[in-house]
Amino acid sequence: MGGEVTKAISKDVLWGGGRSPFSVSYGKMMMWYFLVSDALTFGGLLTAYGFVRASSTDAWPIGEQVFRALPGLEGEYPLIYVALMTFILIVSSVTMVLAVEAGHRNDKSGVIRWLGLTIIGGFFFLSSQAWEWSHFIHGSGGSFLLAENVTVTADDGEVFNLSKGDPVFMDHHFGHLAEPWIEGEPNVSLVESDHGIKLVEVGEHSHEAELHALTLNKYVENESFVSGDEAMKLWNARSGTFAFGANMHDNEYAIQQAYANFFFFITGFHGFHVFSGVVINIIIFIMVIQGVFERRKHYEMVEKIGLYWHFVDLVWVFVFTFFYLV
Amino acid sequence: MERDDLIVNDSYALNSHHSEEEGAKIRKNIWKVTGILTLLTTVEVMMGIYFKRSETFTWTMIKWSFIILTLVKAAYIVLVFMHLGDERSNLKKVILAPYMLFIGYLLFIAISEGFGHLGNFNTLH
Repeated sequence: MGGEVTKAISKDVLWGGGRSPFSVSYGKMMMWYFLVSDALTFGGLLTAYGFVRASSTDAWPIGEQVFRALPGLEGEYPLIYVALMTFILIVSSVTMVLAVEAGHRNDKSGVIRWLGLTIIGGFFFLSSQAWEWSHFIHGSGGSFLLAENVTVTADDGEVFNLSKGDPVFMDHHFGHLAEPWIEGEPNVSLVESDHGIKLVEVGEHSHEAELHALTLNKYVENESFVSGDEAMKLWNARSGTFAFGANMHDNEYAIQQAYANFFFFITGFHGFHVFSGVVINIIIFIMVIQGVFERRKHYEMVEKIGLYWHFVDLVWVFVFTFFYLV
Repeated sequence: MERDDLIVNDSYALNSHHSEEEGAKIRKNIWKVTGILTLLTTVEVMMGIYFKRSETFTWTMIKWSFIILTLVKAAYIVLVFMHLGDERSNLKKVILAPYMLFIGYLLFIAISEGFGHLGNFNTLH
């Protein structure tokens, strides 16, 4: 009646305790367990993003058309900035693995050099992300929704039958002045011009912007430009709903607010991980300089924070693919 | 309980020491992997810029190549940079098995159910 418990088991197949069955220290194993749970969190977030995107009936913005600006440069550079961020993080991952390797040789100055470079890489990434967020929040011109159905001919001759509620996009010179104009700034006024209309700002930063062209389908495939009288037709059919850049309530990139919210949450949560990683790296960097690990005769702590840092890089590799590329 | 990472001469931590010659070999491998990761990222970005999104079979193939390239990059980071390749096989299984079981299934079910209301399970777009 005893079942399995009364059967004799050979001693060789039993783990007798006293040693880690994984042959790793407590601290390193717990870092791995933490990373397993943290990766499940990110996995859940990206899966939720995929689900919302797949179930969306409206067009979803395309990464290379939303993220195509470079700091201080005019023109379009699709995905270049994000690729640069990815590269910075990969390089800082490499310097970290070199720090771990130096630690395995008890080479204190090597650890200091490579860990120092890793921290600098972390700051570079965080600054890049700050710019990326700023650009996303400010937007590139803004959009308004149509109040009625309009039929327009684009510059290339294609005819669009637009419905009420469809978005139309402004260029960033016009949109830059449209935002204060909507808000009722007394300095900004809308006047007739030779070609249609223009917004004029008077006072300290006096300048003006003409309504040259409006864009249709700006963040989805095959954007089209509409100018002249056709652009005026769109402008006159505008509703009061404008969106400039993105915030927690509306965004110019998509009809769905979920797009902006996922951007803020996923890249923000990842950015917070990078920030914590930099802080932890700095703490360990100071401990290395003080010679704590030299006295301990091993640099396993560098290996543990290295695991965390590589994990942050790993998550970005997935965010890059699923948020920006696919 | 005594924290084993604080014990001087802790056997697990000291096991991972290596000599100058081994170090040179490891560093060579690190630079090789760096080259591979950079190359794969460049290829991904080029593909992202060059190929326009569409409802075609080509785009579906491009999308799957992004996913495969990402998994290759992830494998290099986890196995080489995070040294999981050098750990015991039972530790590897404990860490990797949850993903093979959980994430793959979750992705499949979420993406395919996401298309449910469109009545179309074949196109991933």
